[in-house]
Amino acid sequence: MTSLQLLGFGPGGWGALLLLGALITLAVTATALAIGAVLGALVASMKLSRNLPLAAIGHAYTTVFRGVPELLIIYLIYFGGSSAVTAIGQALGYEGFLGLPSFLAGALAVGIISGAYQAEVYRGAYLAIAPGELEAALAVGMSRRLRLRRIVMPQVIRFAIPGLGNVWQLSLKDSALISVTGLAELMRTSQVAAGSTRQYFLFYIVGGSLYLILTSLSDRIFRRAERQADRSQSVAMIGRG
Amino acid sequence: MSGPPRLSVRNIRKSFGTHEVLKGISLEARDGDVISLLGASGSGKSTFLRCINLLEIATEGEIFVDGEEIRMVKKGGHNQPASQKQVDHIRSELGMVFQSFNLWSHMTILQNVIEGPVHVLKRPRAECIAEAEALLEKVGIVDKRHAYPAHLSGGQQQRAAIARALAMKPKAMLFDEPTSALDPELVGEVLRVMRALAEEGMTMLVVTHEMSFARNVSNRVVFMREGVVDSAGAPQDMFGSGASPAFRQFIGHFGQA
Ligand SMILES: Nc1ncnc2c1ncn2[C@@H]1O[C@H](COP(=O)(O)OP(=O)(O)OP(=O)(O)O)[C@@H](O)[C@H]1O
Ligand SMILES: [Mg+2]
Repeated sequence: MTSLQLLGFGPGGWGALLLLGALITLAVTATALAIGAVLGALVASMKLSRNLPLAAIGHAYTTVFRGVPELLIIYLIYFGGSSAVTAIGQALGYEGFLGLPSFLAGALAVGIISGAYQAEVYRGAYLAIAPGELEAALAVGMSRRLRLRRIVMPQVIRFAIPGLGNVWQLSLKDSALISVTGLAELMRTSQVAAGSTRQYFLFYIVGGSLYLILTSLSDRIFRRAERQADRSQSVAMIGRG
Repeated sequence: MSGPPRLSVRNIRKSFGTHEVLKGISLEARDGDVISLLGASGSGKSTFLRCINLLEIATEGEIFVDGEEIRMVKKGGHNQPASQKQVDHIRSELGMVFQSFNLWSHMTILQNVIEGPVHVLKRPRAECIAEAEALLEKVGIVDKRHAYPAHLSGGQQQRAAIARALAMKPKAMLFDEPTSALDPELVGEVLRVMRALAEEGMTMLVVTHEMSFARNVSNRVVFMREGVVDSAGAPQDMFGSGASPAFRQFIGHFGQA
C-alpha cells in the first residue's frame, strides 16, 4: 500500500480512525477544560479567600497538581479509580475487575491538572481588576452577588482569555498521555496505526501534524476571543494585530 | 428647610489598628447644602467620606441618611452593620464620586450610567436609557455614550462618573477630590458640572483642594485637622476674619489671603 492509501479512507486506510482520534482528543480536552474551569474557579476563590485554612487548601491544590507528573495523576485516577469501583462492585456482590471508563478517567485526570493551572489564571485575572471599580460597585449599592455577576465575572473572563489559551494548549498535549488507558484518541490511534503497519515515521509525523493543526486552530480562536474581549481597552491595544 | 437633614453624622470615630484617624466628627447636611471639606493630606477627609457610605465602618458613632439610622451591632468591641441589605440600600441613596473616576472599564459610558438604575434599582431599561442620555447631555458627553472609558479624557471620565452617580437619583452626593487626578486644563469642565449641580439644589459633601469652589460654590466650609473638625462656618467667615489660625495657615499654602 502506498502512504496515500494508508492515510486514506478506503479499505486498509487509517484516515477515518485518525480523524476520529483527533475528534476524541478534542472532546476529551474540552471535557477536561470544563472540569478544570469548575475546579479552577473554586480553587482560585479559595486562594483569594481571607479564610486561612481555605487559602491553604487552595494553595496545596495548585502546588500538588502542578508539581506531580501528569502521567502519575492519570494512573492514579484510572487505576486507583478502577480499583475503587471494583471494591464497590465486590461489596455489592460482583466478582471481577470493573474499569473506570477511560474517557471519563482521562478527562477527570487532565481536568484536575488543568484546574490547577486555571486556578492561577483566574486568580491573576481577579487581581487584575482595578480595586476602584469594585469599590464603585459597592458605592452604587450592588449586593455581593450582583457585583460578582456584573463587575467581577466579565472582567475575570476578559483577563483570563490569554491564560486560558495556554491552559487549553497544555491540556491538549496532556491528553496524549491518556493513551496509556487505551482510549483511542489521536496519540493512541497513531501508535496503533504505526505498530500494525510498521510505518512508524509516517504515522507519528501525521499524528504530530494533526496535533499541530489542532493547536494552531485553537490558538486562532483564542486570539479572536481575546481581540473581541479587548475592544473596551485602549485605542493602542485595539489597533494591535 | 423642614424634615430631617439629608445627612447627619454624630461623633464618628475610626481607627486603623491602633491609629485613630477620626477622633469624633459630627456633621449635618440639610437639603441643598454644599459643604466643602478641607484639610491637609492625612487629616482623615477620605476616611470620613468613606465612613458615610460605609466603604469603611466607623469604630463608633451614628449615621443617619434622610432620617434613617444605619443600624450597628457591636462585634468584638467594634461596630458592624446590623444588616448588609440596609448597607446596600443606603449606598444606593448616596452618590459617590472618586478621585480616580472608577468607571467600569468593560462597559460603555451609557452602560456605566444605566448599570445601577437597571440592576440595583431594577427600573425599566428603556426609561433608564432615556434618563442616562439626558444626564450625559447635561454633563456634556452625550456624544461619547457608546465609547469605553479608556477612550475618554480624565475630565470626560469624571463627568461620566458624576452622571453615573446622578442616575441613582441620590439623596446626597459625596465627592472625594474629584479634580485632583486631572490635568489643570480639565479641572474647569468638572467644576462647572459640580457648580451646576449645586445651583440645582443637590446636597453635596465635597472633599477638595479647590479653594475657589470652597469659597464661591459651597455654603459651608469644614476644616479638618488631625481627625477632628478644627473649624467650620460659612465661606465668607472662614475665608474672612473669622478663620482659625490653623485654617489661615492651611489656606496660606494655596496662595490665598
Ligand atoms: N485602609 C487603611 N488602613 C490603614 N490606614 C489607613 C487606611 N486608610 C487611611 N489610612 C490612614 O488614615 C489617615 C487618614 O487618611 P485619609 O485618606 O482619610 O486622609 P485624607 O485627608 O483623605 O488625605 P489626602 O488629602 O491625602 O487624600 C492616614 O494616615 C492614612 O495613612
Ligand atoms: Mg483623601
